[in-house]
Amino acid sequence: AKNNVTSFQRKGSRASGTDSGGSRLVSIAGTRPSVRNGQLLVSTGLPALDQLLGGGIAVGTVLLIEEDKYNIYSPLLFKYFLAEGIISRHSLLVASAKEDPANILQELPAPFLDDNCKKEFDEDACNHKTPEPNIEMKIAWRYQLLPKMEAGPVSSSRFGHYYDVSKRIPQELIEASRWHGFFLPEKLSSSLEVEPCSLAHGYLKLLKFIQSIIYEEGFDGSNPQKKQKNILRIGIQNLGSPLWGDDICCTENCSNSHSLTKFLYVLRGLLRTSLSVCVITVPSHLIQNKAVIARVTNLSDTVVGLESFIGSEKETNPLYKDYHGLIHIRQIPRLNNLTCDVSDVKDLGFKLKRKQFTIE
Amino acid sequence: MFPELNNLLNTTPDRAEQGKLTLLCDAKTDGSFLVHHFLSFYLKANCKVCFVALIQSFSHYNIVGQKLGVSLTTARERGQLVFLEGLKSSVDVFFRAQEEPHPLQFLREANAETLQPLYEFVREALKPVDSGEAAWRYPVLLVDDLSVLLSLGVGVVAVLDFVHYCRATVCWELKGNMVALVHDSVDTEDEENDVLLNGLSHQSHLILRAEGLATGFCRDVHGQLTILWRRALRTTAQREQILTYQYKIQDKNVSFFARGMSPAVL
Repeated sequence: AKNNVTSFQRKGSRASGTDSGGSRLVSIAGTRPSVRNGQLLVSTGLPALDQLLGGGIAVGTVLLIEEDKYNIYSPLLFKYFLAEGIISRHSLLVASAKEDPANILQELPAPFLDDNCKKEFDEDACNHKTPEPNIEMKIAWRYQLLPKMEAGPVSSSRFGHYYDVSKRIPQELIEASRWHGFFLPEKLSSSLEVEPCSLAHGYLKLLKFIQSIIYEEGFDGSNPQKKQKNILRIGIQNLGSPLWGDDICCTENCSNSHSLTKFLYVLRGLLRTSLSVCVITVPSHLIQNKAVIARVTNLSDTVVGLESFIGSEKETNPLYKDYHGLIHIRQIPRLNNLTCDVSDVKDLGFKLKRKQFTIE
Repeated sequence: MFPELNNLLNTTPDRAEQGKLTLLCDAKTDGSFLVHHFLSFYLKANCKVCFVALIQSFSHYNIVGQKLGVSLTTARERGQLVFLEGLKSSVDVFFRAQEEPHPLQFLREANAETLQPLYEFVREALKPVDSGEAAWRYPVLLVDDLSVLLSLGVGVVAVLDFVHYCRATVCWELKGNMVALVHDSVDTEDEENDVLLNGLSHQSHLILRAEGLATGFCRDVHGQLTILWRRALRTTAQREQILTYQYKIQDKNVSFFARGMSPAVL
């Protein structure tokens, strides 16, 4: 492999004989190696979830979130993932058939600001040469908490942050970030593809878009002009819904049941060969064909299911009265290993408080 | 390879049987440890191995292989291992039109009727080479896994045909072995997968089936392994022999014990 920049390489492992950019990987902000197998991980944006998944999501893999019935809580996890990407200065690719990605980014939660940090900076402000606090200064103290991208080999940024869902992320952070949006209604206006490869039209366009970003921005190391040292976080919402042109959520005997599974396979191929990580939400409760759900699960690396109590008999069950729903860790990958991290605790509930989404 | 599993199967790399189809299947658990076992087993047996790896990347198998004492990189470099990396190749096939038929050509087709290009790839990889170099012992085809082909739009008949052709070439013509993993889709009403599993079960000489425990997750027993031997009718011994063990997967090894005899219980 010529310029293999995947994270699936043991860092500093000369014995493997491959051209390893291993030592370079440690310096990417917002990542850390897994304790178990040295795999490079990123945070989901929810430290509690990171812990359940063995430390985070491995770069090069897919996290599939099975949406809760009324799609109230899964968008939150989706937004945590994207917000974490902005705070960590990762690049983002946001895809949706329903919402404009620009709007999704506007609704991201704000990071919790550390009060101690703020006090420190106030003192600095007094000693600063410019007497009057101008607008740049005001913005600056918000940035205080953010990790700076360091050129050296040491990873300086924090891994995993806490967010306040009652507040919106500051506009400046969005503008400072590098993001690419894929809003299906906009992309469909161009001509239809000639290739009859059996993918639903929306999926095909999305795959090509993802591939072009990965190549052009240099996340797969094959573009000689671009040497990328950052992670691309890909977020895809409501995959499988009819809005993408797929009918697996409408009927049990779908005309083309391979569309979504083929998409997932090729997507995983793209992820494994680049410095990217993907979170997908799927309305699994709408998929009537059980075989499709099983196949989709097999084709994903990590699978987490959300079950909300709204409208179910569990709502009145005293055992669950403090919680809004259950979170099921359905699958954890075994990467570079015979074993995998399986959490001992199996019954996990979640609740959405005014500021935070917690898992217990 | 796992020495304990070799004992249970009554085999070693030096004196394994030839001309056999081994079916690996997993139900409600991850049976990939069996794939890693056979990959390292046949490499240590000095066989020429063609590995159609559709599920994980090369480095994944390589890193696990190193824990089991084989280097896939070295094996590939000296021609012992031909590795088809499905995930990486799928990107090439899907986004760039190929001049010649690619083994994964079916990814570009709406409903793939045949896996002929994949079969041709296997045949080319394992054909005997008339060079003066040290010959490998016998060819082995390893597939991880066959179920995913169904997810990619290949018809079950095409998959069964592919297995048939590979068996004819690898097992009968070249006196080699074939090992393939198929998922057992227990409650999921996956009819195509059931047909595939049943069809292969009838053709296999040896079936290893890994199952999650009925009682759910347990830290000391990860699952149950059922070993089923099919013997030729000619022998006076029983036609089928079935043994069941429980297993625990560790970092570099898998330990097996009789049911209820886990060290944690005793």
